[in-house]
Formats: sequence, structure tokens, C-alpha cells
Amino acid sequence: MAMEQTIYRELKATPGVWQLAALLVAFLAAAGGAWFYMEHHGHVVTGMNNQIVWGLPHVFAIFLIVAASGALNIASIGSVFGQTAYKPMGRFSSLLAITLLVGGLAIVVLDLGRADRLIVAMTTYNFTSIFAWNVLLYNGFIAVVAVYLVMQMMRRLDYKWVKAAGFVAFLWRLALTTGTGSIFGWLVARPGYDAAIMAPMFIIMSFSFGLAIFILVTLTLFKLNDRPFGDQLLIRLGRLLGIFAAAVLYFAIVFHLTNLYATEHGGYERFILLNGGIYTVLFWGVQVVLGGLIPIALVFLNPSRSSTILASILVVIGGFAQVYVIVIGGQAYPLDIFPGYEVIEGFHEGVVNPYTPSIWELMLGLGGVALALFAAGLGAKVLRVLPTNLSDANVAAKG
Amino acid sequence: MTNRAEMTRRDILKSGAAASTVTLAPGVTLMAFGGTAEASSRADAGKRWGLLIDASKCDANCTDCVTACKVENGWGADAEHGHVSADQSPEWIRKVTLKDKSTGREVSAPVMCQHCEEPPCVDVCPTGASMKREDGIVLVDKHICIGCRYCMMACPFKARSFVHEPITDQNVQSPRGKGTVESCNLCAPRIDSGRIPACVEACENAGHSAILFGDLKDPESPISKALKEYDSVALRADLELNPGVRYTNL
Repeated sequence: MAMEQTIYRELKATPGVWQLAALLVAFLAAAGGAWFYMEHHGHVVTGMNNQIVWGLPHVFAIFLIVAASGALNIASIGSVFGQTAYKPMGRFSSLLAITLLVGGLAIVVLDLGRADRLIVAMTTYNFTSIFAWNVLLYNGFIAVVAVYLVMQMMRRLDYKWVKAAGFVAFLWRLALTTGTGSIFGWLVARPGYDAAIMAPMFIIMSFSFGLAIFILVTLTLFKLNDRPFGDQLLIRLGRLLGIFAAAVLYFAIVFHLTNLYATEHGGYERFILLNGGIYTVLFWGVQVVLGGLIPIALVFLNPSRSSTILASILVVIGGFAQVYVIVIGGQAYPLDIFPGYEVIEGFHEGVVNPYTPSIWELMLGLGGVALALFAAGLGAKVLRVLPTNLSDANVAAKG
Repeated sequence: MTNRAEMTRRDILKSGAAASTVTLAPGVTLMAFGGTAEASSRADAGKRWGLLIDASKCDANCTDCVTACKVENGWGADAEHGHVSADQSPEWIRKVTLKDKSTGREVSAPVMCQHCEEPPCVDVCPTGASMKREDGIVLVDKHICIGCRYCMMACPFKARSFVHEPITDQNVQSPRGKGTVESCNLCAPRIDSGRIPACVEACENAGHSAILFGDLKDPESPISKALKEYDSVALRADLELNPGVRYTNL
């Protein structure tokens, strides 16, 4: 063996690191200002309304929360499924999982009509609500993954404990994403939701989005500190991303085919697949082609360093579009309250609900992303979570 | 239905003054109505309040029920003053005119919270703010609503509104609050003092009497007798939520 142990070192504060940190702080400040503005004036200044009750902030939040559990996969593959090549990345994978979740939750909390009553949500539970369960699942995830991270960092600890903690964290993340998917899957009244497949679909989405974000963030930090990241390792991650992206497409196909078979969902399917305007464009153009077919083609037909990076970027963009179509598209499509009747006078009855996000919502959402990335960077700066060398020679020596 | 937040507040109220009215300062009075444990304890579990709406008696050009609700509960002024868009203004009750796709027959009727026996909004609420009283009235406890709007996602009838801007000139019998969700509470404060909902009264005064209010559990009540006698429908009957609001001649 060339090396017995992976060496982990804190991120060095290079000018590049400072510049990136300053940029993220600027986004955080903008989000803080946007939140204060919305909190002061009320949601009247946003594009959200009584028809589109969850808007762009929720798209950002759900994307981050889904990606968070997926970012943990690298650690799981290493310590639960015993793939040695993934082990050196396990610590940062765990850290990133926590920070992505915190970023997503921050958005949700700051978008609440009464964010000041967060303590009520933490102390008063209605256990028939999947939302209440999610509060416990999210807080629990942070605690479980934090313990898992600490165990990974304890060199003298018997590895079976790391494996056990990793297994608990893996099960917990499956429960967490099931809970997130069920927020939509259990909404019986809306034709765009009300589907059990939402839960497993969200899990596979998390695999894909989380891995893509992990690749991009890790590579950025490695580049900022001139640490080597091997081509073969990156191509291997890219191949895995391709499989996950294909699985996401598969679930999307099953979801829509099942809906198409049921006549009552035909209207919703026509809306998303055919004549839904922005939602149809986002579905076919961004989710399926840009975020699905192209990255899959890139990593399998032309496996390379740049293919993996580009595929990761495209998966993030496609994933964001997918969450947008689910969250906003599902609300934009009208509820059929009076089957068999045409509503000739009413209040937004039977018509597509329009939604134009405001700049404040965008700033709040980007602030959540900035928080997740800043916290991940800060963690890498103060904790020994990033390995110094992931060159192929070094990884192969251990593998 | 009680939960920890409500119990705590009730204890505070009890310890401060054994009444539901607390004077904070001269001219500033905190009053608890309808959506509180106090009021819920006043709700009679032996009753289930409901409405029967006769679409054949409802005039398409009449909006007296909507106006009465606005006056009673103090909503709707914001939209009229042009502060908020129609999409963002509250809508506790709305009039719809429907055309039967196959026959072309047109009918008109008001739509409000359907006061389901199995309300999805109550199921999904993380804090229990969205609640059902023992007498079947579904409403929001604005003291523990965190403004997450999940209930609005779950409601099949678009019956709920989110307060998008600060509220001034509130009606004392109907407290509202920026950042919380609200909907028809069947005029719970009126019912608790032995009166009928404002919309029902307005419809009677307009000479239509298209809305019948009463106790669904009492077989001798006019609403129970009418339901037994005439064919009626529940909106979204496929969801089997057993709403307390029924429609006839729709």
C-alpha cells in the first residue's frame, strides 16, 4: 500500500476561498433583506396568492431538502455498502447533507406567514400531519448525521460503529425523503398529486440531485485548494449519476403513464405534457432533455472529466425544473370542484392559476442555497472533512 | 379538540382572569372567540351544524350572502380598496354560476368551507391550528397557525384564504391576522350565542331563503327533514369527506 490512511485537512483560506465566501455572504445579506421586506409587508409583495400558495421559495426549499438526503449517499456507499473508493469522501458528504438540509429548512421557515411562531411548530404536534412528522424527521436527520460524521472522524473508533451509524443514517434518509414526497403524495384533492409513487420518486430524485451537487461542490473546493481529484474517480461518479438520472426518468415515465391511463387524470396530463405553456416547456425541454437525456448520453457515450461536470450541472438544472413542475404546476392546474359542470362565473374556477414569482422570493431561495454552500465551506474550513488527495493513484492504492 | 398550545393558553387565561375576555390596557381588550379551547368547550358535541343550499332558489345576480359575510367577519375591504390583487384577497364565501355540460342548465350557488366530517385541512395541519369543533364546525385557531398554508394545499374546495397583508379595523367578534389562514367558521360566535350564520340571515332577508341552517344530528330539525325528503349532493362526494354543507337542485 502506498498510503495507509487518507489525510484530511482543513480548507486553506486562499484568496479564491475568501472571494467565494464574500459572494455567498452577499447572497445571504440579500436574502435577509428580502425576508425582512416580505415579513414587514406580508405576502402581498410576493407572487404567491390564494391559488398558488407555495411558490418559488418552496421550489428551492424542496430541491435542497431532497438533495440533502442524496448528498449523504456517498458516505452510505462507503460505510454501509463497503465501496472503499467512496470512503474518503464520506465525511464531506455527511457535512454537505446537513448543510443542504439547513439551507432548505431556512427557506421554508422564513416563508411562513408567522415565522415568529416556529416554536409552536417545534412544540405542538398534530401527528396525523406528515408535516409534523417531517419536523421530527428533519431535526432527527441533522442529529443522526452529525453523530455519523463525528464517528467517521474518530480514527480510533472500531469501524463497526461507523458502519452501524452509517446504516442508521441511511435508513433515516430514506424515511426523510419518503416524508418529503408524501407531502405531495398524500394530497388527495389535487389531480397533480395524490400518488403513492411520489415517495419513491422523491428518493430517486434525491440520489440524482444530491450526487450532482456533491460532485460540483467537492470539485470546487478541491480546485480552490489545488487538491487533486482523479479523472477515473470522477468518471466513476459520473457513471453513477447517469444511472440515477435514468432512474429519475423511469419514475417520471411511470408516474405520467399511470396518470394517462386513468381518464380522470387526463386533464392534468394534457396540461403538463401538451398545453401547459411554461410547465410543458420545463417538463420536456429542461427536465427530460436537458436534465435527463443529455447528461445520461454525456456520461455513457463520452465518459470524461468535463462530461461528468457538465452532466452534474445539467442534472441540477433539470432537477430544479422537475421540482418546479411538481410544486407550481400541480397548483396551477385547477381543482375540479364541480365535475360535469362548466363554471361560467366564479373565482378562478376551472382556469389555470397564473403565477409570476417576485424578486423577493428568488432572493430568499438563492439565500437558502448560499446558506447551504457557505455552511459547507465553513465546515470544511474548520473541520478535517476534506481529503488532501483523491488522485486515481491514491484512491487505487487503498481500493 | 385541545392540544398543548391551547391548554397552556387556557391555563394562562384561567390564572390571569377566569374569563375569556382579558383587558390588556384601557381600550385594548383581548377576546377569545370561536377557534379556542374555551369556545370549543362551549360547542355541543351532541350537535352537528350544517347547511343545505337550494340552488334553484339562489339568484345568480344576488350576492347578499357574500356581503353579509364580509360585514360580519370584516374581510373583503382590502381588495375593494385595491391594496391587493383579487388572487391575494380573502374569499370566505364566493358565488359560482354553473352550466351543466350535457344539458346546458344554469344554476347559481354560494361556496364556502364545506365543514367536512373528515377534513383534509385538519389532517395535514402540523400544529393542530386547523381544527374541528365538537359540533362539526371546521375553523382555524389563529393563535397557533404558523402560516404554512398546507391546509390550503389540502382543501378540495379552495375554501381557505391566506392573509397577505396587515389588517386594520378588525371586527371584534372575528379576529384575523396577517400571515395566518382563515375561512368560513359558520359564524361560530353567532352560533355560540344562539343566532344563525350571517349568510343564512342575509339570504332570508333577501327573500330567497336558499340556505337552510340546522343540526344534522337532530332528526326533527328542518335541515334533517329536508335532506331526508329531497335529493341532495355533496361537492367532491368521491372523496368521502362527508361535508356538513349539502346542495340540492344543483
